[in-house]
Amino acid sequence: MTGPVRSLPGAWISGIGLLGPGLRDWPGGAAMLAGEAPWVPANTVLSAPQQLPAAERRRSVRVVKLALTVGLEAVAAAGADASGLATVFSSSGGDGHNCHLICEALASDDRQVSPTRFHNSVHNAAAGYWGIATGATAPAAVLCAFDGSFAAGLLEALVQVSVERVPSLLIAYDADYPEPLRAARPVPDAFGTALLLTPEPGATNFGRVRAGLTTAAADTLADPALDALRRAIPAARSLPLLAAIARGESGRIVLDYLDHSRVAVDFTA
Amino acid sequence: MNPLLISRYTATSCLGRGIGPMRDALAVGRSGLKPCDLDGVALETWIGEVAGADDEALPSHLHSFNCRNNRLAQIGFNQDGFADAVRDAMARHGAERIGVFLGTSTAGILETELAYQRRDPLTGALPVDFNYAGSHNPFSVAAFVQAAFGLAGPANVVSSACSSSAKVFASARRMIEAGLIDAAIVGGVDSLCLTTLYGFASLELTSRQACRPFDLERDGISIGEAAAFALLERVSGPLADDAILLLGVGESSDAYHMSSPHPEGLGARRAMAAALVAAGLEPGDIDYINLHGTATPSNDSAESRAVRALFGASTPCSSTKGATGHTLGAAGGVEAVIAALALRDGFLPGSPNTRDPEPDMNYLLASRPAPVRRVLSNSFGFGGTNCSLVLGRVR
Repeated sequence: MTGPVRSLPGAWISGIGLLGPGLRDWPGGAAMLAGEAPWVPANTVLSAPQQLPAAERRRSVRVVKLALTVGLEAVAAAGADASGLATVFSSSGGDGHNCHLICEALASDDRQVSPTRFHNSVHNAAAGYWGIATGATAPAAVLCAFDGSFAAGLLEALVQVSVERVPSLLIAYDADYPEPLRAARPVPDAFGTALLLTPEPGATNFGRVRAGLTTAAADTLADPALDALRRAIPAARSLPLLAAIARGESGRIVLDYLDHSRVAVDFTA
Repeated sequence: MNPLLISRYTATSCLGRGIGPMRDALAVGRSGLKPCDLDGVALETWIGEVAGADDEALPSHLHSFNCRNNRLAQIGFNQDGFADAVRDAMARHGAERIGVFLGTSTAGILETELAYQRRDPLTGALPVDFNYAGSHNPFSVAAFVQAAFGLAGPANVVSSACSSSAKVFASARRMIEAGLIDAAIVGGVDSLCLTTLYGFASLELTSRQACRPFDLERDGISIGEAAAFALLERVSGPLADDAILLLGVGESSDAYHMSSPHPEGLGARRAMAAALVAAGLEPGDIDYINLHGTATPSNDSAESRAVRALFGASTPCSSTKGATGHTLGAAGGVEAVIAALALRDGFLPGSPNTRDPEPDMNYLLASRPAPVRRVLSNSFGFGGTNCSLVLGRVR
């Protein structure tokens, strides 16, 4: 993709959610990404949303809390009704701590895996809890494209909006892996973001995006500390786009995707 | 929706490699299931294993992808001329115009399970030869298939448990419709591992015998493994009478429970109804339903209610999991291939191991020849994720 991307799938951004290290929500994070406030690294604080029934709240693992929190923030920002929304969940992996406990049990003599641990191990755990929390019966796509999972989810959601002419809530999230998995998959903390993408501009409007494939290199962030965050957690590969939205700066943003291609996003503030 | 051509398809499961053995097994009602004899697995259960999967060698430049799941993928795409069909499509459309969308539930997590048995006794570290990206990560199978063919278009894995490789048809269809790609490799690959064997056992969802879908005495699933692939393309030019088309896709979510379906099968019913609407068809237009039919008491009960509510009691239907086992993230792909075979060869597949089926349904115990023009295939997963496909032949 070299020229303008007019014929490619596009959508309006009607709501945003954000949670990550030193980033508590979109309004606070946007100020930091716009350079209006300093970004102070701190461990991501996760909690299970009240919308979940008590039993599910108790059982929810880190990726579930993360995904639901950012998804609900984006929906609330847009004043939308979550129960009617199609969703795209994209993550580079499931819950690392849950996976570690299962692998540890399977390597032990008795090999007993608890039923809750097993159902939390599926890649679509967050999508399942989301449905229980919101009552959403619309389709949920649950994707993985390793470090390019955010861009894969963005493509899927934009295509859904363009083809089906329905809103699509993209929820991209990744959480940390404990040792010994962390040595092989060094994801240090939790980061999630959600974009409510709509075929028409919503009451709250953060701008418009169109996307296609490119072979150009991915954009980096000017702040070395924030760029380190971008590289450390797959879902944080979204940060160059989020920074452009925060600054209200129209232009082309290139995001990490696959080995052979990136996703170019034309953003109009 | 605009119909898409399924220009080539193949499936490898415990029934054998490619569609020939699968077709023969379905015709005579042969099951590929056997009592679990996996090394060190002390579970009283049956499995559907692909013989010789571990003897498959990946090319040296793809060694970082070496795991049972990708070995199975390679066995799978080398059957039935599928690899040649992909290369032909690349020549026609270009490597960057073909997407890869594959379903899996556990990818190569078996490698991680085995690595945990070889941790350093002092530090707890995993062995240095463990490769997370090429095996454990869900995307590994799509990355492997892209690398094996030199494809450069969009790619992702769909991992929504047992609906994964049905939902890839929906993703690919939208990408083609949006004009991002001209063709897509879709399908699913899932391989036997301890997580699913012990996990489903912990939920008391595995049977101690070969699974008996829709039987009144059914008592759980038999886990299988498989690799299924289909090449989806836009329809262009005249088609043969027996060309296979993807006519409709319907998706829904239960929003009910993580490991139990909605008891009335509301999500299943919505997915089937949406697939019919997308295809522009009425329930009476469907000649055969390939049921999800896992053989757990609650799944089959919910699905039978949903089917009766939408279709009544007369549409011929069966689950083929008594033959293949439940291949989880590959099941939607495997059963799309079975639907294609039923359409191409004109037969209604039966249900090995099932003896006394649910009443008030036209449930097929034995296979029989019949003209088949349109098939509905159901895939419903853990976490309440549902997808139904409608396949048809041109004439």
